[in-house]
Amino acid sequence: MRHIISILIENESGALSRVAGLFSARGYNIESLTVAPTEDSSLSRMTLVTRGSDDIIEQITKQLNKLIDVVKLIDLAESDHIERELMMVKIKTSEHTREEIRGIAAIFRGKIIDVTPTTYVVEMTGPSSKLDAFIAAIDGDTIIEVVRSGPTGISRGEKGLHL
Amino acid sequence: MELNGAQIVIQSLKDEGVEYIFGYPGGAVLHLYDALFQQDDVKHILVRHEQGATHAADGYARATGKPGVVLVTSGPGATNAVTGIATAYMDSIPMVVISGQVPLPVIGSDAFQEVDMVGITRPCVKHNFLVKDVTKLAETIKKAFYVATTGRPGPVVVDVPKDITDPRIKVPYKYPKKVSIRSYNPAVSGHKGQIKKAVDLLLTAQKPIIYSGGGVILGEADKELTEFAHTLGFPVTNTLMGLGAYPATDKQFVGMLGMHGTYEANMAMHDSDVIIAIGARFDDRVTGKLDQFCPHAQIIHIDVDPASISKTVKVAIPIVGEVKPVLEQMMEMIKESKKKPSKKALESWWNQIDQWRAVKCMEYDRNSRLIKPQYVIEQLYEVTKGEAYIASDVGQHQMWAAQYYPFDKPRHWINSGGLGTMGFGLPAAIGVKLAFPDAEVACVTGDGSIQMCIQELSTALQYNAPVKIINLNNSYLGMVRQWQEFSYESRYSHSYMDTIPDFVKLAEAYGHVGMRVDKPEEVRPALEEAFALKDRTVFLDILTDRTENVYPMIEAGKAHNDMTLRVANGTSTDRELA
Ligand SMILES: Cc1cc2nc3c(=O)[nH]c(=O)nc-3n(C[C@H](O)[C@H](O)[C@H](O)COP(=O)(O)OP(=O)(O)OC[C@H]3O[C@@H](n4cnc5c(N)ncnc54)[C@H](O)[C@@H]3O)c2cc1C
Ligand SMILES: Cc1ncc(C[n+]2csc(CCOP(=O)(O)OP(=O)(O)O)c2C)c(N)n1
Ligand SMILES: [Mg+2]
Repeated sequence: MRHIISILIENESGALSRVAGLFSARGYNIESLTVAPTEDSSLSRMTLVTRGSDDIIEQITKQLNKLIDVVKLIDLAESDHIERELMMVKIKTSEHTREEIRGIAAIFRGKIIDVTPTTYVVEMTGPSSKLDAFIAAIDGDTIIEVVRSGPTGISRGEKGLHL
Repeated sequence: MELNGAQIVIQSLKDEGVEYIFGYPGGAVLHLYDALFQQDDVKHILVRHEQGATHAADGYARATGKPGVVLVTSGPGATNAVTGIATAYMDSIPMVVISGQVPLPVIGSDAFQEVDMVGITRPCVKHNFLVKDVTKLAETIKKAFYVATTGRPGPVVVDVPKDITDPRIKVPYKYPKKVSIRSYNPAVSGHKGQIKKAVDLLLTAQKPIIYSGGGVILGEADKELTEFAHTLGFPVTNTLMGLGAYPATDKQFVGMLGMHGTYEANMAMHDSDVIIAIGARFDDRVTGKLDQFCPHAQIIHIDVDPASISKTVKVAIPIVGEVKPVLEQMMEMIKESKKKPSKKALESWWNQIDQWRAVKCMEYDRNSRLIKPQYVIEQLYEVTKGEAYIASDVGQHQMWAAQYYPFDKPRHWINSGGLGTMGFGLPAAIGVKLAFPDAEVACVTGDGSIQMCIQELSTALQYNAPVKIINLNNSYLGMVRQWQEFSYESRYSHSYMDTIPDFVKLAEAYGHVGMRVDKPEEVRPALEEAFALKDRTVFLDILTDRTENVYPMIEAGKAHNDMTLRVANGTSTDRELA
């Protein structure tokens, strides 16, 4: 199953490589990994998407917790959560296709953020599956470039990941 | 007090109570060596290869329970230390390694003798630090010792750039009494509810067994384990790393389990209905084929590292905590409980175990005209009255030492189990001897292994650390040869060395005593003579039966009840008992 693991980690050089190294050394898969500073300058927040059986996910969270630099983590998949990913897609356009692309983008609540005579850049956020669906809805031959941030997430309700 | 960085390192070690530091100098640590020179509290042992420094510090740590300390220079000094760091890591041995690094401003420029030590060691340390600020140096060293010695112990590397130890830059020094790390809070006592469940299960068990490991030794809980086992009357088996955690001569001890474990230990594991694993990590050498591992058992597992629990084998009752407090908690509940272990069930269980014992899986040919390696170890046991520290290398000789030298006390069996590092034995023995100068220390080794760190013979002489080297010389990489005999139709691919040095002359060249033994009747007198030479390192080159194999053996991919045993005429048989 797919899991989104959110990690608070010491904002120190080398901390990221400890996490990445753990995954490659133990053969766990990483689908995506995002890192950014938090409101507390001593901490970074990492969001990691991985897949595995329950046993593997259990080992992953235990091994992550074992890293001295990892302060706290939660597996978002364990409870209600919201997932968002940012995507920008550059699409080749022609006179006949422009309207259709605008239409599809609107259905997916995408925004057109750059226009040239022959291209659009569509910006979109949402759960990764929604972004996948948008890509599937567009003629593949017209896609010049896709940039995705990798998903990040937050739990619903009062619960939160903080110290 | 104002000190420069080099002095801070040395003063921190003093304040930490460090007695010995094992090391080797070089450019990046010259300031440190100058600071070492100007004091006599911390004694430096100059090894002959940085691998030797790490193994010697490791041996010291295993025997004393205190962290081993290593000092190496940057680049090749640091990389030479990696094997020893990984060895300590796999067996959870507390160690602090201080490595020199090129000055901060040139890090990343491929400077002379630069390697990314933090990067190279990351997968084989508990944690590591690169010191970037001399005012944080003392605190970093304190943290290193704290992390190395608490929770599940392990090696910690502190990489110190040369400019941090610059003698001209002095800063106020104060060694912190305590440090805390917000993200590191290892468990100590166990969860009461879990312990209660475990006790209930133990007291209803029909065919229980205690499977205990290195964690009991690391956690200084041998007395608690013994009391626990005696109270319950259950059989006890130890892993290779756990030998000595429970007295091997006790009647409840059924021997080591696993690949080269006893028939009774493995059969009892296989048939058991309740297993309590105590500070053991279900290594593949122990479990054999996972899907046939202990098919009838409910498992309780005590371990300080949650990641050790349900890693390979799913357990019913996990208890995260240190062995000692958890066993104390359990004992209390057992004493309070009205339930008692079923006498009847235990009686028939012990009857069954005695039948397995009657197979006498450890018998070997005692009438051979060749020297049997097992016989050498038995004689070693008698000559040292079972009280010696035995350091071992890796191979068949290691297994024979484990099987035929019953350890009654913890910290006396010093071997590399997890990484299986050939070359470990001699430097480790030196580390032990330095810690306990009045104790007998032997290194059981093989003709292959001893050549991997033989240079440390020179260290033994310089620092007056007389150890007895028992070389079970079979002119083979015997363990490899055994696997080739069993699994590759005796195609002995490169497991034979055509040229083996004259170890007697070699020992003499290093300033020691060398003796060769090639008849069974000479073994005992030679051992006695060697141990009588109290202040000399003696190299006993014992020419043993070259074809001897380690039995019993669970071959790769087989289950506990599918062992290969020795038969009377010396060959093996596949013995399958359901
Ligand atoms: C040639 C060769 C053959 C081998 N054959 C065998 C064999 O037949 N049988 C065998 O058993 N081994 C064998 N080994 C060794 C094997 O590879 C493993 O090293 C060994 O089985 C691991 O022992 P252990 O489970 O006791 O764990 P250790 O490596 O000693 O680990 C200790 C465990 O205890 C935990 N722990 C540490 N401190 C505490 C504490 N204070 N409280 C609670 N828990 C704690 C740790 O987290 C860890 O999980 C062999 C090795 C070699 C080189
Ligand atoms: C550094 C290292 N290289 C290779 C091995 C693989 N290996 C395990 S046992 C062994 C043979 C050891 O030979 P020897 O020391 O003569 O001991 P014996 O088995 O003959 O008693 C080898 C090569 C190892 N464990 N360590
Ligand atoms: Mg050999």
